[in-house]
Amino acid sequence: MASTGMFITAQRSADQLNLTLQGEWRATLAESIEAELAAIDLTGARSARLDAGSSSLDLSGAWLLHDFLDRVRKAGLDPRFEGTAPSALTLVERTYSGEIPARVDDHEWLNPERAVEGIGRRAVRSWQGLLGALAFGGRVSIALLRALVSLHRLRPTAVARHIYDTGITAVPIVSLVGFLISVILAYMGAQELGKFGADIFVVDLVTVGVLRELGVLLTAIIVAGRSGSAFAAEIGAMQLNEEVDALRAIGVDPIEALVVPRVLAMLISLPLLTVAADLIGLVGGGLLCHALLDMPLVQYLNRVQSTITDTTFWVGLIKAPVFAVLIAGAGCACGMRVRGSSRELGRLTTLAVVTSIFSVIVADALFAVVFMRLGI
Amino acid sequence: MAALLEVQGIVTRFGAQIVHDGLDMRVESGEVFGVIGGSGTGKSVLLRTILGLRRPDAGSVRFLGRDLTQLSEAELYELKASYGVTFQEGALFSALTVQQNVQLPMIEHLQLSPRTLDELALLKVRLVGLPLDAALKYPSQLSGGMIKRAALARALALDPLLLFLDEPTTGLDPISAAAFDELLIYLQRQLKLTVVMITHDLDTIFRTCSRVGVIVDGRMISDTLEGIVRNPNPWIQAYFGGDRARARTAALEEAKHGA
Repeated sequence: MASTGMFITAQRSADQLNLTLQGEWRATLAESIEAELAAIDLTGARSARLDAGSSSLDLSGAWLLHDFLDRVRKAGLDPRFEGTAPSALTLVERTYSGEIPARVDDHEWLNPERAVEGIGRRAVRSWQGLLGALAFGGRVSIALLRALVSLHRLRPTAVARHIYDTGITAVPIVSLVGFLISVILAYMGAQELGKFGADIFVVDLVTVGVLRELGVLLTAIIVAGRSGSAFAAEIGAMQLNEEVDALRAIGVDPIEALVVPRVLAMLISLPLLTVAADLIGLVGGGLLCHALLDMPLVQYLNRVQSTITDTTFWVGLIKAPVFAVLIAGAGCACGMRVRGSSRELGRLTTLAVVTSIFSVIVADALFAVVFMRLGI
Repeated sequence: MAALLEVQGIVTRFGAQIVHDGLDMRVESGEVFGVIGGSGTGKSVLLRTILGLRRPDAGSVRFLGRDLTQLSEAELYELKASYGVTFQEGALFSALTVQQNVQLPMIEHLQLSPRTLDELALLKVRLVGLPLDAALKYPSQLSGGMIKRAALARALALDPLLLFLDEPTTGLDPISAAAFDELLIYLQRQLKLTVVMITHDLDTIFRTCSRVGVIVDGRMISDTLEGIVRNPNPWIQAYFGGDRARARTAALEEAKHGA
């Protein structure tokens, strides 16, 4: 009974198993080596003799042999090498000579106790997150107040850079979105209000819709996606690079140097972007009314004039600074929380966008309720 | 002995700045070759060129008899299984545990059963002298010395013929650095590795390297360690002329005369 393979030849003489190694036992061929070793039949043999022959083993090959010899030993055979054992095998055996500690079980989370514990941990973590957010808000407020009384702490260059990044470069996309909102509102209005012959109210819908709600809301969402994530990623990368620690070590408050300029820039940019979106939205409304309803531009403007009350524009605009603080705060807070790994960076950048958009929408809902109560 | 790696006439330009101006380098099979040079002389760029991550503006890189600069992406991929590399900061993937880091090249290049994959990864982790519980840790939980060792384990994952180390002992305390050098010598002898090492650490050079290449003015001067110490080039003299280096050189001479 003999089996000849590419890597090992097994021969039986009486109850002795003769194994001869040959060929290159390389990591790249591990699959075939494994298959060949698995196919060797040990039953009935009393002893095993090995011959390294002309083989050459790399470390992975040596481990496969080591693993096979373990199996041979467990079958009650005592494998012996004729001549010297391959040096790579000696290295593997020497590496294994220490105690092998028990492996940690990966599946512990399946345990029901663990699940309950998980809920508890989550609750505690959420609570701590809330406290952390409050503390962060407090620290930023103090730094902001200090910055407002001293030009040195205000860092005008940094503020200007962030206004450029979050404001000026966002003008094209925000304008486009402003225009598209008016397209959506006008089409919807023309279709539904047309049924009642109330075409003229399309103007009211577009004007009030854009100025009061959608202009500022969608601008805030776009900016949250663009700049909220950028804030988190920038500050997070600085955390990973230990740049934030370096600032602290120099004696610069990172909140003052990194967070305050971004919050201020956002406070300036977002209202201006909202004005741009409002403007383009109204222009778009005019064009759409002309195209869909054959309404002359003069009539559109007259109607806009009579629809807009003193407060319509300001009700929309007053939300912008609030949204700005929410977006910049969420972005910077998430960035400052990055620790240790690039995976954290990704997670917290995502969290920054989700948190800022969510909080913007919640704030908008609160505004709607408050304005309703106030009768504005 | 045939050269395992032969770099000829490498030219690297960044805009008007010429980093390498006809650089030659020859690494024999089984030696530990140290690459030194001042900051900005293009040591890391040379490494990236040899690894095939960057095409040189001129010149050739022959590894295992094939010119890396002429290979297609697919052929390069094949060749990448034959060398291992550690980067300056370890460059461990921070989202993966040490064990998963070591397994990544294996999964990419080899067909292995999950059990073999696990066992081989743990073998490599033990081989570089890390405790087994480190295998399940993330890179952010490791100390500097452990990161260097884990990076070495990942570089050894595919049992490469050639090992590139970019500043393997930088940032380690002298004791950890010495331990790392010892580990390297042990592995190099046992696994018959060829090692190309970029380093600034004089101790590491004297402990491990059999030959040294110095990048000066965009070219490489290579010689044995004894030879390079006597080279008249001013930069090399300044490098090996310091107090620490002089003591080392004297020890080297003494050992030679004693033998």
